[in-house]
Amino acid sequence: MFNQSQLDAIDHVIHTHLIQAGLDHVIFMDMAGNTIAKRDNGKSHLDSTAFAALAAGNFAAVDAMAKLVGESEFSLLFHRGEKSSIHFSKVNGDTLLITMFSKDISLGLVRLKVAQTIKEINNILTND
Amino acid sequence: MALINVKTREVQIKIVYYGPGRGGKTTNLEYINKKYRDQIKTEMVSLKTQDDRTLFFDFLPFDVGKIKGFDITIQLYTVPGQVKYNATRRLVLRGVDGIVFVADVQKEQRRKNIDSLNQLYENLETYHLDLFKMPLVMQYNKIDLKSSNIPVLPSEIMQKDLNGLLQAPAFEASALKGGNVIPTLKKVITMTLASIQGQL
Repeated sequence: MFNQSQLDAIDHVIHTHLIQAGLDHVIFMDMAGNTIAKRDNGKSHLDSTAFAALAAGNFAAVDAMAKLVGESEFSLLFHRGEKSSIHFSKVNGDTLLITMFSKDISLGLVRLKVAQTIKEINNILTND
Repeated sequence: MALINVKTREVQIKIVYYGPGRGGKTTNLEYINKKYRDQIKTEMVSLKTQDDRTLFFDFLPFDVGKIKGFDITIQLYTVPGQVKYNATRRLVLRGVDGIVFVADVQKEQRRKNIDSLNQLYENLETYHLDLFKMPLVMQYNKIDLKSSNIPVLPSEIMQKDLNGLLQAPAFEASALKGGNVIPTLKKVITMTLASIQGQL
């Protein structure tokens, strides 16, 4: 379970690293499909509850596929769309960070920012 | 495990409808979705095969109000019932807080009910969860088939087969017509909320 200061710090990190970098939606969630923190740029709507449930299922299915081909995990997933794309990344054994962004943002930038964010979230979770 | 968010003061609870294939798990959710449409903010999500059988899960979230200042969201899931999809069933059970076991009362489904319940026990064990300690409600579904002269098992046999040791609350139901679907849901929600109340 996360305490108030951890949740505040995670929210802050997501906002400064990801939303301010131009990403549309960010969801930090557990592997059971529960949303822990979410942020968006206020410009578009997303049914984040259903999205988190599907994202957890998707990640779990790909994880099971990884085991079948002898990989311990595929820690990163990326779906590219015409207008927007989705990037999935494992934060630790129990949580995932999902980011959605438009075609104006490069995947390289997203990966860089996501890596930074994950490092900081893990620091927040281990330091408290 | 229920997610309790102290910042947003929200609690998310995961309830899974489990049971053999074609037993009526999705039908339960469809009835709830229809009945409580006004209170459900989102569409029901169904991942199914071309012939309308559940491939991964159905998902239906809805709010049940506040407890101790926390907004409670119940997330209902089903699992695919077909024998070959056990890996998927196990994935859906991750983080489960409460279970409805939907058994099929048709005489010819007797073995399948028992096998499915045994597999549920094993699947929960992989997450270090004990079915005997989990909020659980039994639902003996398709009771309406009796009137169509289809051989069905009496509740005493269902209880003996599935609930002799577990001693969970049990309902005879007809998911298609809505009979006892809501009492089943209310019972599992009450039990699940009681189990997490200490954490609030």
